[in-house]
Amino acid sequence: MPTTGNPVLNLSVFAVFVLITLYIVYRASSRNVTASDYYAAGSSFTGAQNGVALSGDFLSAASFLGISGGIAAHGYDGFLYSVGWVVAWLVGLLLIAEGLRNTGRFTVGDVLAFRMKQRPVRAAAANATLVISFFYMIAQMAGAGGLIALLLNVHSKWGQALLIAVVGMVMVLYVLVGGMKGTTWVQIIKAVLLLLCVTLMTIFLLGKFGFSLSAIMQQATENNKLGEAVLDPGAKYGFSAMSKLDFVSLALSLVLGIASLPHVLMRFYTVPNASEARRSVVWATWTMVIFYLCTLVIGFGAMALVGTDTIAAAPGGENSAAPLLAFRIGGAVLLGVVSAVAFATILAVVAGLTLAASASFAHDVYANVIKRGNAEPRREIRVARLTAIVVGVLSILGGIAANGQNVAFLVSLALALAASANLSTILYTIFWRRFNTTGTLWSIYGGLGSCLVLIIFSPVMSGAKTSIFPDIDFAWFPLGNPGLVSIPFSFLCGFLATIFSKREPEMAGKAAEMEVRAISGIGAKA
Amino acid sequence: MTKAMSSPGETQHEYREIRGFASFDDPATLSYVDSNGKPNFELIRQTDEFRTLRRRLTTFVFPMTALFLTSYLTFVLLSAYAKDFVSTKVVGVINLGILLGLSQFVTSIIITLGYARYAKRRLDPQRKLLAEKTGVEE
Repeated sequence: MPTTGNPVLNLSVFAVFVLITLYIVYRASSRNVTASDYYAAGSSFTGAQNGVALSGDFLSAASFLGISGGIAAHGYDGFLYSVGWVVAWLVGLLLIAEGLRNTGRFTVGDVLAFRMKQRPVRAAAANATLVISFFYMIAQMAGAGGLIALLLNVHSKWGQALLIAVVGMVMVLYVLVGGMKGTTWVQIIKAVLLLLCVTLMTIFLLGKFGFSLSAIMQQATENNKLGEAVLDPGAKYGFSAMSKLDFVSLALSLVLGIASLPHVLMRFYTVPNASEARRSVVWATWTMVIFYLCTLVIGFGAMALVGTDTIAAAPGGENSAAPLLAFRIGGAVLLGVVSAVAFATILAVVAGLTLAASASFAHDVYANVIKRGNAEPRREIRVARLTAIVVGVLSILGGIAANGQNVAFLVSLALALAASANLSTILYTIFWRRFNTTGTLWSIYGGLGSCLVLIIFSPVMSGAKTSIFPDIDFAWFPLGNPGLVSIPFSFLCGFLATIFSKREPEMAGKAAEMEVRAISGIGAKA
Repeated sequence: MTKAMSSPGETQHEYREIRGFASFDDPATLSYVDSNGKPNFELIRQTDEFRTLRRRLTTFVFPMTALFLTSYLTFVLLSAYAKDFVSTKVVGVINLGILLGLSQFVTSIIITLGYARYAKRRLDPQRKLLAEKTGVEE
């Protein structure tokens, strides 16, 4: 049975999508000249457009394929994971979006260095952005490998490597040609297609089962070897004290990390003012709620109609649940569409990441640390484009190396890193007047460093069968996700370092400016 | 003029305090913007309008954040440590845990819309008031 439909059809739907979006990107960005155009799309998007693009940044391969697959394989535990993706937007809405929009222009470094000593803080912010984006990017590229195996029926490692390279090159092309405006349009188109796709599949499934979620879940239990137990907690995260604690840690990283990711933060600059930034989070929350409600139905639908065992045996494993369900209910054409959308998702998310990383290097490191704020804008953009190419090449190589690794776990590490390095620092700098340069550096490096150290000495790296190095054992930290320790640690570092260091009276004027701007928006356009 | 006299017109009074002397110039063209057109943020920060705005913002967002984080973590902890409780069946095979998870979606929407409404009614007008008083646009 051809479980993956027709590779030629899949590939041609995908090629059509790439051509159309490239054309739109080209048209949208013919005037891509100033730094503001390249980094922030000239702040010309509306709240609604940016809200859809924001949710597009989050409807990545990991969340579309990964979560529907997680529900299809593990029932309740897969659903548990999806809840955090919705709740996390409240952090962005209530605490971050408006203050960030009012005080920054292009990068996270703009906000963190606003009232601090420029060079060390910019460098720290850029380091954090690059590390977080790199982890997240590797996860997306590794996901691309698995997806290719499934959708195009390419099973040789070399064939997959070649396709990862092609995906990477198209993505760099989007960024070079389109800048932020092009990348945002790709996100919008993709998010709309994806939402249409999952909504139609959900309505179809519900119709088939007489609009009863219970009936879908009932049949699902008959196609899972756990039976009704799959509807209860524990199928994936287990029952040992440590695995439960690990799950709590993951949940914390998820809810605090999502709104701290650099490519998400950067999105708030594409709108003209703070109230549009607020509106965009409202839009994003709605689309995410609809999307994850659909994922719940699709996940259990895949379990009911395709069966957990068939999904596990397919190339791509769990990740293939949604495509297999599409094939089951809509034949080769629907599968082609779902596959193309899934591909487009990876492409668009990686393009956003590349842009965030290259902006951070060009704007924070090159223009402000190396050139001390006196860089010529044209040269800065040239540096940003060159960085985008370098980042693209690195992520292609990283993606090929990580091909076959567990995607969801790489994503969860990126989230833990983002929550540890960025969240504490942003909140302190916006809401705590006493916060100073020493505190900023400690909370960035304390969070980032502790998170990295704990990852290195966790069972993820060594000492377990599923580790990256299964044959050696240098693990002493028991949790797979370090968030439970490293996030509070970064808050503590920032607090203590500030309390025990001198006040910065020379920065008082800047501090007053930041407070007024962040809260009231006065002077934000100047 | 002493502090005790001016409780109704406190903003005016406070402004004089900062300036250190009473001025007869037109208040609107006074000192919230310096000669280069740059807003005097320290002065703006100390106006009653700004303080009210800051208080309204923080008294909404911090308690709300505490609320949704508590509710989310309760759901997570129940799922991890009270398996039998969340496995209680409620409608057909749908159990309490699934409903609690879905209720997180509902509360997220409610808080989001609630904040949007609060911002529109209580924060944005206050921002406008502040901008008018200080003569500084966004």
